Amino acid sequence: MRYLPLTDAEREEMKQVIGIADVRDLFTCIPSGQCRPPLGKLPKALSEPELTAAFRAFGRRNSFSGYLSFLGAGAYAHFIPEVVSYLSAKGEFLTPYTPYQPEVSQGSLQAIFEYQTLMTMLTGLDVANASLYDGATAAAEAVLLATRRSGRRRVLLAGSLHPEYAAVIRTYVQNLPIELVTVAVDEASGRVDAADLGAKLDDATAAVLFQSPNFLGVVEDGPALAAAAHERKAFAVQVVAEAMSLAFLAAPGDAGVDMAVGEAQSFGLTLGFGGPYLGFMAVREEFMRQLPGRLVGQTRDLDGKRGYVLTLSTREQHIKREKATSNICSNEAWCALRAGMYLAVMGRTGLTRAARACHLNAAYFARAATGTKRIRVVYERNFFNEVLVAVKKGSASELAAALRKKGILAGVPLAWFDAGQKDRLLIAFSEVHDRAAIDRLLAAIGV
Amino acid sequence: MNTLPKLIFELSREGKIGVGLNEADVPDEPAVDPALRRRDIPDFPQVSEVEVVRHYMALAKLNYSVDAGFYPLGSCTMKYNPKINEKFAAAEELQAHPYAPHDLVQGNLEIMARLEEWLMELTGLAGFTLAPAAGAHGEFTAMLMVRKHLQEKGDPRKVVLIPDSAHGTNPASAHFAGYDVKEIASSAQGTIGLAELRPHLTPDVAALMMTNPNTLGIFESDIMAVADALHANGSLLYMDGANLNALLGAVRPGDLGVDVMHINLHKTFATPHGGGGPGSGPVGVAERLLPYLPVPRVRRRGEGFDVVYDDPRSIGRVKNFYGQFLVIVRALAYLMALGRENVGRVAEDAVLNANYLRKRLEGLLDLPYQGPSLHEVVFSDSGLPVKTLDIAKRLLDYGIHPFTIYFPLIVHGAMMIEPTESESKETLDEFIAVMETVLREAREDPELLRQAPTRTPVRRLDETLAARKPVLRWRKGESL
Repeated sequence: MRYLPLTDAEREEMKQVIGIADVRDLFTCIPSGQCRPPLGKLPKALSEPELTAAFRAFGRRNSFSGYLSFLGAGAYAHFIPEVVSYLSAKGEFLTPYTPYQPEVSQGSLQAIFEYQTLMTMLTGLDVANASLYDGATAAAEAVLLATRRSGRRRVLLAGSLHPEYAAVIRTYVQNLPIELVTVAVDEASGRVDAADLGAKLDDATAAVLFQSPNFLGVVEDGPALAAAAHERKAFAVQVVAEAMSLAFLAAPGDAGVDMAVGEAQSFGLTLGFGGPYLGFMAVREEFMRQLPGRLVGQTRDLDGKRGYVLTLSTREQHIKREKATSNICSNEAWCALRAGMYLAVMGRTGLTRAARACHLNAAYFARAATGTKRIRVVYERNFFNEVLVAVKKGSASELAAALRKKGILAGVPLAWFDAGQKDRLLIAFSEVHDRAAIDRLLAAIGV
Repeated sequence: MNTLPKLIFELSREGKIGVGLNEADVPDEPAVDPALRRRDIPDFPQVSEVEVVRHYMALAKLNYSVDAGFYPLGSCTMKYNPKINEKFAAAEELQAHPYAPHDLVQGNLEIMARLEEWLMELTGLAGFTLAPAAGAHGEFTAMLMVRKHLQEKGDPRKVVLIPDSAHGTNPASAHFAGYDVKEIASSAQGTIGLAELRPHLTPDVAALMMTNPNTLGIFESDIMAVADALHANGSLLYMDGANLNALLGAVRPGDLGVDVMHINLHKTFATPHGGGGPGSGPVGVAERLLPYLPVPRVRRRGEGFDVVYDDPRSIGRVKNFYGQFLVIVRALAYLMALGRENVGRVAEDAVLNANYLRKRLEGLLDLPYQGPSLHEVVFSDSGLPVKTLDIAKRLLDYGIHPFTIYFPLIVHGAMMIEPTESESKETLDEFIAVMETVLREAREDPELLRQAPTRTPVRRLDETLAARKPVLRWRKGESL
């Protein structure tokens, strides 16, 4: 077998050194009646050409690739510069373990230190961790952090939070003394309902967690939400499911929030059918020692030379066990490394240009679709790259099905998440689209 | 003088561009209020494409990796990561959007369904979820299922028992699932049998979390009796599958009475560790826990596949979308390459390699637990003139990545060595020769080891300084 380098002769030699006749003598500790199950349902071993053919066949059973896609809702198609794929594929980055021996891991450690810095710049906050599993678990970790830090038990979740994020938060806290309360969305603006927020915010509230741009595509009034939370000494947490928006919209930290968490898949990660992606968390300095996940810090070596290490590990499970505030061992290090590469090569010019193009494409669509026959643009302003439309006749799923026949995946029907939202379709744009693609969508809808 | 690369921010120069990207060809008419927009990203890097490439090439040179050499990090199963699997994970035709209609992604759903089915066959368990993102996440998912099951039976109970040799993730995962943790002491042999379990097996025990083989590399031979005792008490047996590599094809946890276990695709199934993830921590369950598996679940339907999103008895969703799909792709490719013919050979070679190292090193180092080793062996620094840390650091000077150090906690100055099946006899012999040299140096010139490493890009780093005055980001004008 090509992955097993021992030869039979070597196996014999080694058995002699150990003093056994048969390698199975090393397994006598296993209850004998249970040894060596038949495993008949496993596949037959494949050679490399056979394996390649088998994966081509899986690929052929997928048929999404011919479509012009406007799917978003938490996973976004963006252009990825070739250098990102080239560099991140290097075995030096792909095949080490977590950098427990910093003297031979400075490449990974410095790259993550750079990634942490880039995320603080984009979020306008003081400290960013080395990654979390994805946007949804990052949101759940923010809920845990806010309750832990405040000693309060109530967390308000904006009704416009990504439904899968809300679901993961509910899963995480199901056995903990944390009360989740949903704040209504104002239908007219698509933003958090200020009156409902005011009514539900109280002195037991640990945090107000809102997404911006939210699940309806709308940019929230961050400063107002942060101020409302702070008035009750609750923390303001902004969820960002589309990290590209950070390069176009006011930074969460500048809006006054205490934490920004979310999904950075847009920074150089392929769609990958939903993973692996990149959860991020950035916070104000006062939360630093409560952060979940790994942290890379700068220090010096014995000669005084600059270097990097994993640090503040007294937060972590391998030191504190059941008292740990962080239970993240493997995180998404390689994804964070890739995001760092992506942001480095995109740079200030490339990233702001891509982010602006995402928005301008969405704005172009929204203007062209406003006041037309078949659909209504629900929120005509203050979105980033996603436009929510309401179908005037029939359902959004029917419209999506009709467009599919024209080779277009037009968006995500909200009825997938909430059966009451039958007429709503969420359409995502990015810099991979051009005017011709958007015109094709408009023509297919028949506006 | 080997200087470390500058930071990307220190390479930045106003006006440099690293990517060729068109401006949008639609009118430049934003639809966002100016107050909601940002003007600039201060100090964001501006670097040319070639400089970015050279920057990361310079960083790559500073890393040790499995591709470069022996990496016997105990409990981490640093086996070879097949290169063809990277090609599959990068293949365009698998990069579907997670909300693409199911009939357009049948190939991807089949990849997930097949891996689930083959993991069931390998482990003897009744069902799997591929959703958890890593090992600790899988443990947490598993404990949520345990709790939900017991809750439905009328009482979630209060306590989870965890051996003192366990990974720190076990108690942390049980705690986040709402349980109190009670540590139980291993026997003099380093194992957990009825004698160790019985005194703690009270009616409020929800489960025992047992790593098998345990972190000493020793198989928990009493596992079936332990499972029976737990079940008679209405408690469940959770198996931490971090060390499943030793058992592939040799025995199925489901046949031993295990109710729920997590496995690590990034250990046993050869997916690359990426310098600390992404991993993937599928969880397998016995029949009675099937209803609680997280959603979404992929399901065979006729010739094809669909997805179940809602189930009132499920613990819910643990991650967005479907899990670490591209890790799942690599693991499936690995299993298909091995096939039923070679799966057992993996465990046999891994165990043979570990026992060969044990035999050759046990005259040189203290072996506190002498039970039969499976995939790894744990020595102690007792009786040595230097500490485990010094030996580890000296190995770096010889171009070898050290073993896991100071774990498990029940061994003084633990050196936990897991060679995996990927290593040739020549590599093991070289490692043994280096160990002999290092141990000789320890006797003759211990200071040499305390000063090690000296041949690496940096020397020992001041971790106390890093934690006392944390510098977690670069700031303009504050470079060291």
